Amino acid sequence: MNPFATLARLVDEAPRRALLLLAALVAVLLVAPVALDRYLLSVFFLIFWFATVGQAWNIMMGFCGQLSLGHALYVGLGGYVGALLWVKFGISPAIAIVPAMLVAMAFGAVIGWLGFRFGIEGVYFALLTIAFAEVARIGFDNWSFVGGAAGFFIPVSAAASPVNLRGGPMLFYYVALAMMIIAFILCAALRRSRLGHAWLAVREDAEAARALGIDVFRAKMAAVVISAAMTAVAGVVYGFYQNNLFPSQTFDIARSIEMILAPIIGGLGTLFGPILGAFILTPLGQILIALVEKIAGRAIPGVNLVFYGAALMVIIWFTPNGVWPWLKKKLGIPEGRE
Amino acid sequence: MTTLLDVRGVTKRFRGLTAVDNVSLTVTEGEIFAVIGPNGAGKTTLFNMIAGAMNPDAGSVTFAGTRADGVPPHELCRRGLARTFQIVRPFPELTVIENATIGAMMRAPDMEAARTKAGEVLRQLDLWDRREAKAKSLTLPDRKRLECARALATGPRLLLLDEVMAGLRPTEVDRIVAILREINRSGVTILLIEHVMRATMALAGRIHVLHHGATIAEGTPEEVTRHPKVLESYLGAEAL
Repeated sequence: MNPFATLARLVDEAPRRALLLLAALVAVLLVAPVALDRYLLSVFFLIFWFATVGQAWNIMMGFCGQLSLGHALYVGLGGYVGALLWVKFGISPAIAIVPAMLVAMAFGAVIGWLGFRFGIEGVYFALLTIAFAEVARIGFDNWSFVGGAAGFFIPVSAAASPVNLRGGPMLFYYVALAMMIIAFILCAALRRSRLGHAWLAVREDAEAARALGIDVFRAKMAAVVISAAMTAVAGVVYGFYQNNLFPSQTFDIARSIEMILAPIIGGLGTLFGPILGAFILTPLGQILIALVEKIAGRAIPGVNLVFYGAALMVIIWFTPNGVWPWLKKKLGIPEGRE
Repeated sequence: MTTLLDVRGVTKRFRGLTAVDNVSLTVTEGEIFAVIGPNGAGKTTLFNMIAGAMNPDAGSVTFAGTRADGVPPHELCRRGLARTFQIVRPFPELTVIENATIGAMMRAPDMEAARTKAGEVLRQLDLWDRREAKAKSLTLPDRKRLECARALATGPRLLLLDEVMAGLRPTEVDRIVAILREINRSGVTILLIEHVMRATMALAGRIHVLHHGATIAEGTPEEVTRHPKVLESYLGAEAL
């Protein structure tokens, strides 16, 4: 798969108008930081970040039909590998994303192998993914080398350089924006590839897929491993953005749930769904947090999750397939296209 | 005439019930071979053992000279054995062309080639006009033909068809009979399991009759319809 040829084809297949609109949107996002303050930059960071991990999770659930409720595991693994290598060994996160991806891929492969080899499907597979995230949480809680429950901190002063992900919100804005765009292009290419079609076939009907020559086990494994790797990259960035990692937050199931809301609301299995979902959900959540702080005088943890739950119900009630498929119909884009 | 599929003494038991009892049959390259029998005769079980979806308790299946029993379905497909499902299983949320493209991926060097091949197959099965429709929106006759198209797109040497004509109106049956003849003429051997007698008689060169899991007759359509056991157990009073 030649990346340039694929990119050229993606551009070629898209309708002219949609392409112009997309280019305009990207241009706006590129220059937007001049008009944004620190707070808004951080909100945009969160939007881009959730769009990226949503895209990664969407590979497993939206493309291949495998429900993971433990994606925080890969975020945490990525975050810890990146932070550890930087703090303890001075290895730049730009390089550390490779081992971070490899570690996450290895864990993904173990989970996938256990699930798919032994026919653990649907809800039971989801439970397996939760179990792994929980075990990781407890493990990191008790692992003193990485700070245990007291958390692991990345010093702010150390060799301030963008390559080492040391910088202000502006830096993270662009890093996350790049991440979101790359994740989108990657998923668009995957969606059109042989593997992507195999995933869709497995999602729709594994038995029929098998009869058409698709190795279902391999297709599912590829989905888990690629999704884990993408999520781990986002994990590295998140660790450096936060400057700290606490096992109880990083591997929390609430985090896993938060990560999957954007693609569900935006539209499962679509390319724009995770992005659209993140653009809808994250700002609303932030507004709510700010409002509650104003009214109650203090932050109430988890209030945004309650709100997300309500938003999820409302949106699924009106557009059961997500916002993007509905919007697509409104914009007059034919069914078979993105 | 070379043997493409050789089924030797296969048996399948479900607890106490022997669904298929010591059945042997041989399909030669290029022919249209049919397995018929009343409901519960063991046709679909036999079919599933040939297609790799079930392992026989005894006996063997040989496809193109190599053992095929116990081989997973995706591997059999790679070797050139494609199947349809009695209860059709299209990929409902995907378009007709995507359905066929997924079948065609197997032998196509790239996705472009797969799409081209899918297009050819859809034209062959009269589905070209419906190519952008989602599979779930198709009518039953269209779905049955999509099922065939998808299997055919994998470029098989042997096409296993499980009751593709069941539930179709006579005009639809005639349409699919003509299409299957065309497919066979292009060099694909066909093994069909059928219920619809008229079409089977018109289509198949040789017919194998099952009853209660066992073989009761095999031969040309004329021979089979004259066979006393067949008349008795399958065609019944209606034919007599």
